Amino acid sequence: MADVNAVAEEMYKLVAEFFGKKNLKAGDLTKAMIEKFGADCTKTDCKLAIRQLMESGRCVYSYFGGSYITLPHKEGAAPE
Amino acid sequence: MADDQKPKTKLLDELEKGPWPSFVKEIKQAGEKSPVCDDLLGQLELSYEEKKGHWKHGGIVGVLGYGGGVIGRYSDLPDKFPNVAHFHTMRVNQPAGWFYTSDAIRTLCDIWERHGSGLTNMHGSTGDIIFLGTKTSELEPAFKELTEAGFDLGGSGSAMRTPSCCVGPARCEWSCYDTLKTCDDLTRQYQDEMHRPPFPYKFKIKCSGCPNDCVASIARADLSIIGTWKDDIRQDDAAVAQYARAGLDIRKDVCDRCPTRCMEWDGQKLAINNRECVHCMHCINVMPKALRPGQERGATLLIGSKAPIVQGALLSSVLVPFVPENELMDTLKELIRRIWEFWDEYGNNRERVGELIQRVGMANFLDAIGLDPAPEMVAAPRDNPYIFFQKEEAAAEPEPAGA
Repeated sequence: MADVNAVAEEMYKLVAEFFGKKNLKAGDLTKAMIEKFGADCTKTDCKLAIRQLMESGRCVYSYFGGSYITLPHKEGAAPE
Repeated sequence: MADDQKPKTKLLDELEKGPWPSFVKEIKQAGEKSPVCDDLLGQLELSYEEKKGHWKHGGIVGVLGYGGGVIGRYSDLPDKFPNVAHFHTMRVNQPAGWFYTSDAIRTLCDIWERHGSGLTNMHGSTGDIIFLGTKTSELEPAFKELTEAGFDLGGSGSAMRTPSCCVGPARCEWSCYDTLKTCDDLTRQYQDEMHRPPFPYKFKIKCSGCPNDCVASIARADLSIIGTWKDDIRQDDAAVAQYARAGLDIRKDVCDRCPTRCMEWDGQKLAINNRECVHCMHCINVMPKALRPGQERGATLLIGSKAPIVQGALLSSVLVPFVPENELMDTLKELIRRIWEFWDEYGNNRERVGELIQRVGMANFLDAIGLDPAPEMVAAPRDNPYIFFQKEEAAAEPEPAGA
């Protein structure tokens, strides 16, 4: 079993790297982490890591047709 | 707002005419308490005049930790209609079967009058309680009060959507399993999948107690759970005769409308060939005092329906023809796990599970989730030929007797 904190940290780095360039889904992050950490990293670890990122407010969900994981930012559609 | 300051709604006023309920009338009535309603009607009237929508979709509004339950909406005319500059929707998880005490409804309405427009939709097409119209700053306070009152948000986005069910055994004698319990158990089991969207796209589960399918699960749910029975229709001959005496034309209105013509009425006795019955419920609906579902009850599990969004509409296909009621929850958990695993691995972005099955083929899907094809998966021979027998399998079949 992988260290959930380490998985969350790697996920955060990936989200930050792609911020504004590509929308990442939870499944994209999960596949990337399993590839990075190998068999030690399970889907449950990834679930817990995503939950940690959301509950800490470091990441948020966005919706553009589907749901994606991104960094908190100012809502484009919101009035000034 | 004084009457002379109210928005002029010439086109919307037309929708107040006639004997049927009118959302315009209801919003105007709510406008006596909430200034949001006047701006809402003003913007809608403008949309009707211009034949153009004035809502923008929000991307990231929500409550901390959740990826669903809030649908962001902003006006693209915030200066003209400042009270609907933000007009977010909250989806609140409904109780199974939509049973409330009047106290619970008052609590919900009070919360929404404090934190939103006061307008609700009981219920939306998802099944949830829909709270219409609030500002971003009111989302967390509304959520806090809702959770303190024992409610939670429902699903939205690429998540498992709030499961819904018919009233089931609470009000309906035809229910073949406890839809309310199943719906509640599924809701509790998959909280993570509902609040933190993990899928390629949405996934809906709907539970209907009998083949009448009052929640339209066969047309609207990715996984439909439809109650059915395995033994014979229960028949009360005296009650059948009573229907005939009361003027029901059993041959015309019951037997001739049976889709498999599995019934005969000789003027005295109704004979049912239960082996040919497809459980359409027509005869039971027409003669509820005389005919009832059998006693060996359970559910049929179906997969893949959806309304048209990215692609066209689909109806569900049978996946498991019959699961006894006492095995239902365990079977569902195992089946859902296998379906999600396959969909997670091979589903494209914004591809519903039914569309994935169409793309890869039902035979491959069944193989991947470890189910054997069964005749019940096909509507009629050669009607839906997605099961192909390989040459070697066909060759291995024994020759029919006398061939």
